[in-house]
Order: sequence, then structure tokens, then C-alpha cells
Amino acid sequence: MADKKTLLDVKDLSIIYTSRNETIHAVNGIDFNLQKGETLGIVGETGAGKSTTAYSILRLLPERTAKVTSGSIMFDDMDLLKISDGLMQHGIRGERISIIFQDPMSALNPIMRIGDQIAEALKFHNKENLTKEELEKQVDETLQLVGIQKERKDDYPHQLSGGMKQRVMIAIALVCEPDLIIADEPTTALDVTIQAQVLAMIENLKERFGTSMILITHDLGIVAQMCDRVAIMYAGKIIETGTVKDIFSKEMRHPYTEGLFGSLPNLETKSSRLHPIDGLMPDPANLPTGCKFYPRCPHCMPICKENEPTNITSGTHIVACHLYDSEKEKR
Amino acid sequence: MKKEKKRMSNFQDVLYRFSKNKVSLIGVAILVVLLLVIIFAEQISPYQYGIKNNVSERLQGPSAKHWFGTDGYGRDIFTRVIHGAKFTMIIALPATLFAQAFGAILGALAAFYTKYVDGILMRILDVFQAIPGTLLALAVVAALGTSLPNLVIAMMISRIPGAARSARAIMLLLVGKDDIEAARAYGSNDWQLITRHVMPNALGPIIVDLTINLSAITLQVSSLSYIGLGVQPPTPEWGVLLSEAREYMQIAPHTILFPGIAIMLTALAFNLIGDGLRDALDPRLRD
Amino acid sequence: MYKYILKRLLSMIFIVIGVAFVVFTIMEITPGDPAIMMLGDNASAEDISAFNEKFGLGKPFVVRFGNYILKLFTKFDFGTSWLTSRPVLSTLLDRIPITLNIAVSSIAFASLIGVSLGVLSAVKQYSPLDYVARVTAMIMAAIPVFWLGMMLAILFSLKLHLLPASGIGSWKHYILPMLTLGIPYSARILRSTRSYMLEAIRQDYIRTAKAKGIPEKRIIWRHAFANACLPVINTIGVYVGSLLGGAVVTETVFGCNGLGSFIINSVKRKDIPAVTGGTVFLAIIFSLILLLVDLLHASIDPRIKARYSKGGKK
Repeated sequence: MADKKTLLDVKDLSIIYTSRNETIHAVNGIDFNLQKGETLGIVGETGAGKSTTAYSILRLLPERTAKVTSGSIMFDDMDLLKISDGLMQHGIRGERISIIFQDPMSALNPIMRIGDQIAEALKFHNKENLTKEELEKQVDETLQLVGIQKERKDDYPHQLSGGMKQRVMIAIALVCEPDLIIADEPTTALDVTIQAQVLAMIENLKERFGTSMILITHDLGIVAQMCDRVAIMYAGKIIETGTVKDIFSKEMRHPYTEGLFGSLPNLETKSSRLHPIDGLMPDPANLPTGCKFYPRCPHCMPICKENEPTNITSGTHIVACHLYDSEKEKR
Repeated sequence: MKKEKKRMSNFQDVLYRFSKNKVSLIGVAILVVLLLVIIFAEQISPYQYGIKNNVSERLQGPSAKHWFGTDGYGRDIFTRVIHGAKFTMIIALPATLFAQAFGAILGALAAFYTKYVDGILMRILDVFQAIPGTLLALAVVAALGTSLPNLVIAMMISRIPGAARSARAIMLLLVGKDDIEAARAYGSNDWQLITRHVMPNALGPIIVDLTINLSAITLQVSSLSYIGLGVQPPTPEWGVLLSEAREYMQIAPHTILFPGIAIMLTALAFNLIGDGLRDALDPRLRD
Repeated sequence: MYKYILKRLLSMIFIVIGVAFVVFTIMEITPGDPAIMMLGDNASAEDISAFNEKFGLGKPFVVRFGNYILKLFTKFDFGTSWLTSRPVLSTLLDRIPITLNIAVSSIAFASLIGVSLGVLSAVKQYSPLDYVARVTAMIMAAIPVFWLGMMLAILFSLKLHLLPASGIGSWKHYILPMLTLGIPYSARILRSTRSYMLEAIRQDYIRTAKAKGIPEKRIIWRHAFANACLPVINTIGVYVGSLLGGAVVTETVFGCNGLGSFIINSVKRKDIPAVTGGTVFLAIIFSLILLLVDLLHASIDPRIKARYSKGGKK
């Protein structure tokens, strides 16, 4: 799988949170990779471990409570989990990998001009030794790229709307022209009408710079619009990955993915009601043995409660479900 | 019924978290000792020893007979410190309780009737805020004199503005919350809202405020006595002890040491308990 | 912004009137006839009426209060002492430098120590340094100011003979009062700085700053502290009030003839106009400080500045 164009290769990543009296298994041995220029969607419910995975790439998890217990995150021959703090800070964060957070309302410093907040990243990753004026010019250009007039760079966050704030966040992420952008539910906190605009803009800019992207979302519609490949997460595991086409075709679908699609209204078929997934995600402090999804699975078999399913590969499509064990034997 | 149960378990939760906090238990321990000392003062050492002059034994250092030594009149300092606890607390405790109660009522009115009452109350509080508490207490003492009830009134008046201000802030936060809005939408009247929804929830933060104010008032009572405008000698209030010891600062420093430590431990105990309660009420603050 | 300052100064006038009213009312409940209190039980009827005439007594409360306010605002007249017949203001002006020296130096000391250690303690949360700083601050915040003053005097003057224990002369006389007030208040400021810093560090924008890859020092100061200092400034402003009260007591410990000892002596001698004048005067100083704090706050926080320049309500 990993050819020379691979930008990011995550292997066997496990992350736990420890509090006074319990251990939460947030991410449980996941593998995924990302090619240059590609957009990978990570889809799942709240609490599935999507954001934890994303933050671990930049080592932004809370130091006292979160702990990576196994795995590696290879980025350009560096293991991001092992490099020094100094290299992480001035060589990776902001410069080569940047992140767009979920809630633009609180992600900007309320008492700093937005122009300064954009320039800040640039100033500390000043590869080409730009002068002050050149830095300013680049800030202006970036602002215009995200559709904000450069005159507004002296504004403070409270003077901007939610959509504009998210545009500023995108500008901050873009300004150093990173190799990889992680977008953590970039439109969840925005109005529906603005969501489309912001997504179109991200798509556009990504094409323009050839940036790779990890897009975290729970919205399959956004996945269809933006992504090349998709990974579906459930209870800290990736239960299905493939190209968008693999996932949206009904072949060899994981029952959970089936459920996700059942939760979407479909305008083409005239079904009168949605088919949401019954039950709740298991408590990550108390995960079931076997398949993590079996308590909610409509196709649950005795084996599901005993053994964890292994990956079944079919071309670009990988599923972890006992339903398709027979397919494996065929191959 | 169900609701009652939930509140109970909340309360137990807070108590449990509080009891897990070793530092605040030190505060409780100091407070228990203080209480025992106040109750059994006469048994520990009769008041007589602390009030009767005995010139032949003046300014002795600590010894087996006089644990904390003797003062300028030959009185046993240990006895005076033991009995002093009662005089400091008899002013600090009621003054703080009354100030906090008045403050809570004013705060609730302001938080509920934001239209007029809040505006007026805030202007009045602005005026009181401009007068430093110690000075306000001094002014009341200047007018009323230094009897014990007057000192309680003086301390109380100097604390009401602060107590009202923090009670208002606490309750404004609560009044804005969804459950209050929901209760209002279900047709609860203001009185029901205040007594059933706001007050029970505000109680915790107000008790925290009260505990911390107790510490401040304890310090204030003794400092008023120290400058001669609080409890009057020969009553053995801790501030009085220090005021009297001042002239022997050079020759008998031990006369200063022990009363000061007593004041400090008391104020420390209230602070420790207040901090512990605050953490127990809002566990998020600890991490 | 100027409009805001003007508005605040205007509201200060009302606060001063309010303060004068409160103090006047409190003094009104003093039992006994002031003339007899001042002149003694054996004073003749003529002396008493002369005294009442001289100080404008015997008129109804409203008239006396109205006159006081009028003179206060038109002539800066803070009343006349019953004891010395001197204008209260001239005594206040004689004595205010001492009190201001003590108050300003100790606030500067307390803010410097309290803020820097508070930030350090928050950044190194759960480290031995944090632990030691918190325990020390906890104890120091519980120390009675006057007792600390006496202990410092015993140590530095009586034992070590380094500093004078009382009186006012050179700068050396101010060191002990500064420490006496400064130490307990630096402990309090440390405690609030630490908790506001911890609150700030938890905010999302700190994560954003980290993700940008800027140095940790800049994250701490330019992002976390810049935000945490807003409530810290407010807290310090409120402490100034209680510190002024503490200065009154500190002056007694070190025998400095400042504003505080003037007020205390006036209370003891029932010199009501002096008490009123002194209290109103200190309240004016404190209000000015609070105004300064608000302006400082507004100059740092653009959200507040915006609200003010729009002329909106606070």
C-alpha cells in the first residue's frame, strides 16, 4: 500500500485517557495512510476517537491525561510520536502540518488582531527570511484567498461573524503553505448556508496548493463532496476504509456503515422514514469483547461476541466484519 | 421525591470529594480544635489566670507553668489566647452570617428584578465599594462605640456590600441557565423560582464565599482591636493581646508570637475549608 | 474613549456624594450632643451655642449635608476639625504622601511578586515549585497585617539592626511597611493569578496557538497571560481598597503619621468632621484608582473598548 507518494502513515495507533478512577480507550490500534494531494475523510459518531486521532498527529493531546500506548505516525520518514518537542514545534506544527478546529468562536485569541494571529504563524516559520513588509503582504494575500478584505486584518475576532472566523482559521492554517491540513469538523459550528461556502473554499484552495487533507466529519454528504478516500471509525477502531466509491457502493458494507446511510434522508427512494442505528456507542471505559459493534448490530452472530473481526481486503476496500469472513476464504 | 433524592446525592458527592481533599481536612481539624477550645476554655485554664494581674511574674518566657509565658501584667498568655478565641469568634461569626444572609437576599432581588432593583442596588454598591471595608467599620465604630454588639454591627455593615455583590454574580449566572427558564416556562412564580431553583443551587457558592469572608473578618476584628477601636482591654481578644504586647516587643517577643499564630491558624483554617469546598463543588477546577 | 472617561468622572461625582451621604448618616447616629462632647459637661450655654454656630450644627440634617456637599464641590472644603478648628483638607494634604508612599510601594511589590510567581506556578502546575508557592501563599494570605509588621520589626530592626522600626524619614523607613502590606497581598494576587492563568491555558485559542508552532514562551505570555491579566487587573484593583484599609493599620504599627493614623485618632477623639473628611478623601482616591483600572482594562480588551466607544451600558 505504502508507495513513495505516501505522506502520512499511521500504524497500530492506540491512545488512552486516564482519569482518577477509569481508563478510557479512545483509539484502539488503528492503521491508515494518506497519499500526497489526497483527501481522507474520517467519519464517525461523537466519541468515536476521530479528534483524538487528529490531535495526536500534532501531539496536541492534553499531556497529563492522554497517553499514546502503541503505534507510530510516520510523516516524511519521521515518527511524529518520537521527534523532539523542539522539532515538533518549529518544524512541523503550523509549518508542515496545520489544523482547522471545530469551533471558530473560541479558537481565536479574543484580544489579538486577526492579521497578527495570521502573521504569527508566518513569523515563526519564516523560511525565506521575508521582511516585515513581505510578511504583511503575504497576510493580505492569504486573507484575500479566504475571501476577507485585507482592510479587515486590524479587526478583532468579536467583530467577525462565525463564518468569517472560520475563514480566518483557514487562513492561519494555509499561510505557511503546509503539506497537510487536518480539518476537524470545520463546518459543524456554522450555519448550513455558510457551510457550503466554506467547504467549497477549502476544496478550491486545496486543489490550488496541492495540499493533502484529513477531513474529520460525521456528515456523509460532505465526504461525498470532498474526499478521495474514507475511513469509518467506531469506538476507537477503523471498521471500514476505501475509496468514496467503495463506501458508497452497497457491496460488502459494514453493518455500521449501513446504519450511517440508513440515518440519512434519501430523496430518490420514497422511503417514509429513516432507519437510525438503535442504541448508543459503548462506554469507551468498558468496551465489549469481540466486535465493538455487536450490541447494536442487526446481523450479530455468536462469533461476533467472541472474536474481534480481522480486516478483509477487496481491492481498495477494507472491512472488519465477520459477515464477510467467507469472502476472505474465497480469496 | 426523585428530585429530592438527586439533590441529596449531589450533596453527598460534594461531601465525599471534600473529604478526599487532605489539605482542607487540615482546615477542618484546626476548626475542631478551635471549637473545643471555645467550649472547654474554662476547663483548660480558668479565665481568672488570664485576667488577674500578678506583677511578680510579669514578662516570663514560656515554661512548664506558663506554656506561652506571661504578659506585662504577669497574666498567663496561654489562658488569654485560649479565652481570646471566644471573643474573636463571637464577633466574627454572627457578623459574617448576617452579612452573608443580607447579601444573599439583596443579590437574589437584584438578579431577579434586573430592570429596576438591579440598577439601583448596583449604584448603591458602587458607593459602598468606594469605601475601604476597614474604614467603613471604623466609621461605624466612631459613631456607635466599641461594645460587642456594636462591633458585630460594624463588621457586618462593612461586609454586606461585598457579600451582596458576589451573591448577585452567583445568582445572575443561575438565573440565565436553562433549567430556570424551563421552570419559568412551566409557570413557576418568582418566589418558587427563588426558593426552589436558585437558592438551592446558589447555596454552595455562597457558603464558599461565607467561609472565605469569615477568614477576612477574623483578621479585621483583631486588627480593629489592635488599633484600639475594637474589643477593649483587659478582655483577652487576640488583637487586644497583640496591642498590649506592642510595648514589650523588644524585651519579650514571645508575648507577640502566640496570639498572632492563633489568628493566623484560624484565618488559614477558614481559607482551607473554603478552597476545599470550592474544589468539591466544581471538580473541573482541579485539573 | 474620551466620552467614556467623561462619563466615568461624572458618575464619580455621584459616588462621592453617595459616600459623603453614607458617612454623614453613620455619624448622625452618634449619641450625645457634639458640643458637650467636645467642650465637656461643664461648658457654659454661651460656649455651646458659639460652638454650634461655628460648625453649623443645630440645623436639620438635610441642610447640613447640602452645605457640606456644596462646599466640597465648590471649594474642596472637607470640613473643619472640631478639635483643632483647622480645615480637614490641609491636614489630609500634609499626611497623604506618607500613606500613598506605603500603599503604592506595597501594591507594586505585591503585583510584581504575585503576578510573576502566579504565572510560573500555573505554567508549572503540579511541580514542586507550584506546590511550595501555593502552600506559602495560603499561609501568607492568612497572616494578620499588623502581626507580620511587628514580627518583621522584631527581626529586621531589633535583632538584625538593619532597618528602622518606626517613624518616617529616609526611604529605609518605608521598606518594612512595604513588606508588611506587600507580602500578604502578593500571596492573594498569586492565588488569583494562578487560577486565572489555569483557566486561560485551558482555552481553545491556546490550542490554536500551539498548533501554529510558535514558541512556548510566546504562548504563555502573548496568548495565555494577555487574556488572564484582564481579571487579574480587576482583582488587584479591588485589593487596593482593602490594602488602603490595611495601610491605616500598618501606619499604627510603624508609628507613621499618615492619613490612617489621622483617621484613627479622629475616631478615638470623636472628631466627626475629621473622620468624615478623611473617609470621603480616601474614597475619592480609591475611586480614581478604580477608574484607572477600568481604563487599563479597556485599553487591553478590544471587546470592552468597543462597548465603551459605542456609548453602551457597562
